[in-house]
Amino acid sequence: MTSSTVRLTPLQRLRDALVAVAVALSLWQAIVWLSGVPPFILPGPWRVAVTLADNIGLIADHALITIAEVLIGLVFGALLGAATALHLMISPAARRIALPIMVFSQAVPVFALAPLLTLWLGYGMASKIAMALLIIYFPVVSTFYDGLRRTDPGLLDLARTMGATPTRTLLHIRLPAGLPAFGSGLRLAAVYAPIGAVIGEWVGASQGLGYLMLLANGRAKTDLMFASLFVLAAFAVALYGLVSVATRRMASWSRESLDTF
Amino acid sequence: MSRVAAPALRLTGDFHHAGRPLFSGLDLPISAGGWTCLLGPSGVGKSTVLRLFAGLDTGGTFEGEISASDGAPVATRIAFMAQSDLLAPWLDVVGNVTLGARLRGEAPDLARARALIERVGLAGHVDKRPASLSGGMRQRVALARVLMEDRPIVLLDEPFAALDARTRAEMQELAFEVLEGRTVLLVTHDPAEAVRLGHHLFILSEEGLARVAAPASPPIRAVDAPETMEMQARLFRALRGRAA
Repeated sequence: MTSSTVRLTPLQRLRDALVAVAVALSLWQAIVWLSGVPPFILPGPWRVAVTLADNIGLIADHALITIAEVLIGLVFGALLGAATALHLMISPAARRIALPIMVFSQAVPVFALAPLLTLWLGYGMASKIAMALLIIYFPVVSTFYDGLRRTDPGLLDLARTMGATPTRTLLHIRLPAGLPAFGSGLRLAAVYAPIGAVIGEWVGASQGLGYLMLLANGRAKTDLMFASLFVLAAFAVALYGLVSVATRRMASWSRESLDTF
Repeated sequence: MSRVAAPALRLTGDFHHAGRPLFSGLDLPISAGGWTCLLGPSGVGKSTVLRLFAGLDTGGTFEGEISASDGAPVATRIAFMAQSDLLAPWLDVVGNVTLGARLRGEAPDLARARALIERVGLAGHVDKRPASLSGGMRQRVALARVLMEDRPIVLLDEPFAALDARTRAEMQELAFEVLEGRTVLLVTHDPAEAVRLGHHLFILSEEGLARVAAPASPPIRAVDAPETMEMQARLFRALRGRAA
């Protein structure tokens, strides 16, 4: 609200981003040249690009697995999180019982559960989806529940004088009022979900970008590792961008959602 | 437009908040089909009185009676307007005006909503969201929403306090015109507003409720009429004297 920054056009923002990337790549290449480190320690960007082009089929196969895990985890985590937040809002009993459990469960690092999930759900996609889901569930629940709770009490009073039932108040007042907060939760989820899936793949997998990175690392194919990492990062940024645009559209009336990204 | 006969109201009783009495032995009559202005400094319970009529949570305990002259319940027949416009920021003007219908699961009468929006002077703004309207325009939307609810009793909690002087005067005139025939309780801390609009005037202070005779001429009164100015000065003195 108080910021005096000039709003840039999308083209100007793209230009700035490209300049930033070019500077970073030049620095990287310069470090490789000047330090003379061998490629198996730090390959230069050009070498990584060539490796990416040479192995595009392999990397794409693994990337599709990871992308599927992330998207499935994201969708189910968001749905489950939203349903939980709504349930917490409606039911005082759920608040009393579930809220402390959920807060306590956050004291356990989700990473520590990865080996267990692999043991229980196997080496396939299920354990990675579960990991992504678990890591985003709490942020989605807590942000959305917060948004539902912080609804303007004046609006709730108004609804009451208009003869609204609790269900309709939830549907027509609390739910839309909580959408900007839900949007923040989803944006967080878009950042966390790829982390969850890759951690799952590191712990035990036979496919996926996380698996490919470990494999490449173990065989000193550092260029392939960097190429995989690059694809993963590109996907994560694209996912965040998409979710960000979608959530801003979902609550376009809110200042909160205008100021993000 | 349908018009249910507006009843007279009465609130009698005591109110305690956090173990301390806010008011006791209060007896406030609201006459039928006119404007009753409840004037007073902040913190004496003006808004609490209004919330009691509206059946809203007050955070305290009320012992007493709220009744209507026709014997029917009060809280289900009120429309409510506050200092903040209480517009849903995600709904456009017509959506806000028809919010009540949707909250009751009824099909909103869009033609009537449009007519009322026009009546409060917002034709051409039906599709706008509150964020793109001025404070005065937003209060016009809130007024249209009150008219849409079409209740015989209207409770106003300093609805014009945040507006600039000119907009406030315009809104007072518009509200007085469109709410004609309804039983209106206006809570305000502005003596000028009370004198302009009130058929009946009350001052609520720490010492209790006092009735003040309204000027002889009927409202709405000119802001600058000698009678209004003189009355305003008297109310101001009464407010200060009691507050001291």
